[in-house]
Amino acid sequence: MAAEQAKVDPMHQFTIEPLFGTDHWAIAGYNIAFTNSALWMAITAVVLWVFVAGGLKRQVVPGRWQMAVESFTGFIDNLLAANVGPAGKKYVPYIFSIFMFILFANLLGLLPLALVGLHPFTFTSHFSVTGVLAILSFAIVLVVGFWRHGFHFFSLFVPHGTPLWLMWLIPVIELVSFLVRPFSLALRLFVAMMAGHVLLEVLSSFVIDSTNAGPGWAAMIGIPSFVLMIAICALELLVAGIQAYVFALLTSLYLNDAENLH
Amino acid sequence: MPQISQLAETYSSQIFWLLIFFGFVFFAIGRGMVPKVMATVEARDQQIAADLAAAEAARNAADAEEEAWRVQANAQRAEAQSVIAAAKLDAAKASEVRLASASAAIDARVGEAEARISAARGDALKEIETVAAEAASDIVARLAGVTVDAAAAQGAVKEVLHG
Repeated sequence: MAAEQAKVDPMHQFTIEPLFGTDHWAIAGYNIAFTNSALWMAITAVVLWVFVAGGLKRQVVPGRWQMAVESFTGFIDNLLAANVGPAGKKYVPYIFSIFMFILFANLLGLLPLALVGLHPFTFTSHFSVTGVLAILSFAIVLVVGFWRHGFHFFSLFVPHGTPLWLMWLIPVIELVSFLVRPFSLALRLFVAMMAGHVLLEVLSSFVIDSTNAGPGWAAMIGIPSFVLMIAICALELLVAGIQAYVFALLTSLYLNDAENLH
Repeated sequence: MPQISQLAETYSSQIFWLLIFFGFVFFAIGRGMVPKVMATVEARDQQIAADLAAAEAARNAADAEEEAWRVQANAQRAEAQSVIAAAKLDAAKASEVRLASASAAIDARVGEAEARISAARGDALKEIETVAAEAASDIVARLAGVTVDAAAAQGAVKEVLHG
């Protein structure tokens, strides 16, 4: 029985729980309970707001905080300038929002707040969230593409230099690869975040269970697992940044298709 | 896997709150604050570019001024050289004139002195003739007891003196 209780469920951390007794909230029959996921979205938004607001002093000679915020906006600006060109300037607010929102969500979800009794929740490890973000990006690409090019946007499915006798095949492949984009965007982020958290959870259960089993097991399994956990924590910090960057980069590449159409 | 097992009961709440909070992030931060941050960066870049351009212009102005100063200095130096040369020439001419007048005065005085010398020599020669004639007539009177008149004595002396 005691062993049963000590068992760690690595998926439990992804459980969504309504908070503050809001589980009956609904609009038109759809449940909109304020959950731990929504709470961490709110925390992410507030932390991001505080971060950017701290850099809004608009000094000619910037302080450290302003410098940090400006380096992020400059990073997104360069990303769009490199991938979309001058027309990419107008997407800076959206790409900045999506990049920083995902980045802060990933990083906040990694905070070791369990040490003080709180449980961070990484909402980017839910495909219901990453899916909405991916569909947003994809919808913007579609709207921009059809707005700027009309039905000519369909020529996106016919790459330059396609031989005539392959016209029955290439557009189909291109169409499929185009339609897969929102899924790949959403699943990549969701899988990367979930896998990292599961891995950390599993390793931590190794540490706990082996230490409970005795000092010999702790030395043999617990300590190596703990060292590996530290290394993987560093890797997860990297992944948090890389996944946010990949999401922003791919969105800007898709926007380049919509803006410049080959 | 709660992502799937809880999907049916939580998807509406997830989508709703995500749209609320991401909408806040996009409109308040992305649309509201990021343009201000970027405008600040832009303004700074422009100010740096303007400052650099002003510095460049100031350097060019300084170069031009130095060049003008050098040209002016060269001109003034050349002018000074010509003034010095003219002054030298004037001085040379003036000293030449003074030397000429001085040498003319000296020549005149030398000529005068020579004339006086030759006159004095003539006088002296005449006196010598007179004295010699008197001495000759004296000598003749004492030795021969002959009185010779002065004119004859003089003629004889002249004959001896001038050959």
